[in-house]
Amino acid sequence: MGRYLLRKLANNLILVLLAASLSYFVAGLSLHPQSNYEGRNPPLAKSTIAKTLDDVNMNPDTPIVTRFITWADGVAHGDLGKTIDGSPVNDEVGRRIGVSTRLLLLATLVGSVGGVALGALGAIKQYKLFDRVTTLASFFILAMPTFVLALFLKLASIQFLGAGTIHFTGETDPEFAGHWDFAALGNRAEHMLLPGLTLVLIQVGLYSRYQRSTMLDVLGSDFLRTARAKGLRRRTALVKHGLRTAILPVVPLLVYNIVLLFVGATFTEKAFGWHGMGELLVNSITRNDVNATAAVSLFTAVLVLIAGILSDLMYAALDPRVRVR
Amino acid sequence: MSTATTEQPKKTAKRQSRTKLTIRRFARNRLALVGLAVMVILFLMAYIGPLVNKYDYLYHDYMAFNAPPGGDHWWGTNQGGQDLFALTMRGLQKSLVIGLLVGVISTLVAGAVGAFAAYYGGWADRILMWIVDLLLVLPSFLLVAVMSPAFQKAGWLIFVVLLSAFSWMITGRVVRSMTLTLKDREFVKAAKYMGVSGPVIIFRHILPSMASLLIIDTVIQVGAAVIGESGLSYFGFGIQAPDVSLGTIISDNTTNAPAYPWLFYFPAGCLVLIGVAVSFIGDGLRDALDPNASGAKAKAKKIKTGETKAGATNLSNQLQGPTTSTDVLSPS
Repeated sequence: MGRYLLRKLANNLILVLLAASLSYFVAGLSLHPQSNYEGRNPPLAKSTIAKTLDDVNMNPDTPIVTRFITWADGVAHGDLGKTIDGSPVNDEVGRRIGVSTRLLLLATLVGSVGGVALGALGAIKQYKLFDRVTTLASFFILAMPTFVLALFLKLASIQFLGAGTIHFTGETDPEFAGHWDFAALGNRAEHMLLPGLTLVLIQVGLYSRYQRSTMLDVLGSDFLRTARAKGLRRRTALVKHGLRTAILPVVPLLVYNIVLLFVGATFTEKAFGWHGMGELLVNSITRNDVNATAAVSLFTAVLVLIAGILSDLMYAALDPRVRVR
Repeated sequence: MSTATTEQPKKTAKRQSRTKLTIRRFARNRLALVGLAVMVILFLMAYIGPLVNKYDYLYHDYMAFNAPPGGDHWWGTNQGGQDLFALTMRGLQKSLVIGLLVGVISTLVAGAVGAFAAYYGGWADRILMWIVDLLLVLPSFLLVAVMSPAFQKAGWLIFVVLLSAFSWMITGRVVRSMTLTLKDREFVKAAKYMGVSGPVIIFRHILPSMASLLIIDTVIQVGAAVIGESGLSYFGFGIQAPDVSLGTIISDNTTNAPAYPWLFYFPAGCLVLIGVAVSFIGDGLRDALDPNASGAKAKAKKIKTGETKAGATNLSNQLQGPTTSTDVLSPS
């Protein structure tokens, strides 16, 4: 197990490095940082633009390889370079990870537990009303792009509750920004409501589908009948023997999705004005900010690496058969 | 496995009846029929609607800004006085065509790459699977978003290519593992020893044997592509003005939607209808094409279904490994 994990880790590390480098090249060649300065009135001198771009290592006249080496050298020393404004990317990313975490932590927890619970319950009550309703609902949620769901929740809250009933833009109202006292927490909770609900609904929709089908596979199994036959109550047998087995195939999916949500909550963050990592993904591209874009892809690649290790470890922890091998 | 072997001779003896059987099984599934009907209606609307409608999607009606649905403008107008029905139908055309093209192309690529990798094995396998791994690690949403403006002048077909390039990998893996078992079967060996060349065996014998998987996958990919396209277009990384897609229509009207909700509900409704219809059809096809799918095969497919919503990345499916015990040692 240990050697297998190490080999996989080494392989994935190479892939991550390669993916991050490739992304840098693609971003460096396709984005036009100079467009931020051109076409201004009064026009800026060519040399001024070149100087500004040189400062942030984004001058398109510098060969891409040279730019890449400068960037890679910085990254190797823990410096992700500068944004197009000249501020360090590190600070930006650090702040945004905090925002994303505040948004995602509770939502993923509720979403994954809820999804597993609903899916398992749906399997136990297969073809009953509960199952039919949750199945149909999850079909609709999964058919909805995230931004449609987010906009729908916003629109519905305005139409049915009246504008301003629920404040949903940003992390807090401006007057509470940066505060953590009791009133501010309440305000934060209010702001969290709709984006949180968006994320929870999507995750519940997705996970419950998987959990339902793995649970169905398990329900007819012999070991479950044995568990009942030796005298366990139905509930105990279902949870301890059934659910524990049925959750195994879902674990990697859970881990990957939860970890990758840190950059994947783009639509939710954008729709509700949370300045997290997902928002940075879109903003960095629209601002032609090569370094920030590269930072986001590096971050994504690292997350994939972490998710891979985490899901293997979780799997080993939950499945004795893997540990023996 | 025993059911598969007993079914085999029947299948070859009466080919027609197998198709008929599939159709009958599909028709028995009410949700699948609903899905198919919705899809057909959407297609008809998208292509016939504009012919019947009085307004072109580019025409600005200066007498009707933000007009509510009804009357001359069936679905109302937007801030610029453009007819929402005309706009939405135009967007629907784009979304459907892009979805279909990406679905077909990505499944073809997946079939070809997966089958070639497994059939030839060795270095071909290693290199192709390594490319698959790499593409899975690359942040696809981000890269498509970065690259598509650069190709803007080349038109929306480039966009189709970009979307397809990042959506075939998981199916490719599934096809590969299925080919690995198929290539030792008698009918493949027989063809091989009769001197049939590798590519012909792949396209004439191996891929047709997994037609059900490929058909289902195409349908699922169509849904995924429509959602992916709308997301990219929503942020302005996809279809560019003056052309429209459902994503750009929703995006353009985001600020006005609270006051004029039809600007959101009609295009968003079409988008959701496509998604729901596609997943109903996919489910019906799966039940009709292989009703006793079980074990690794079924699991692989289940994992793929989730693709439609795996968020901005396609990565969740590296987990293929741990789910099937035989694959645990394959590097991913």
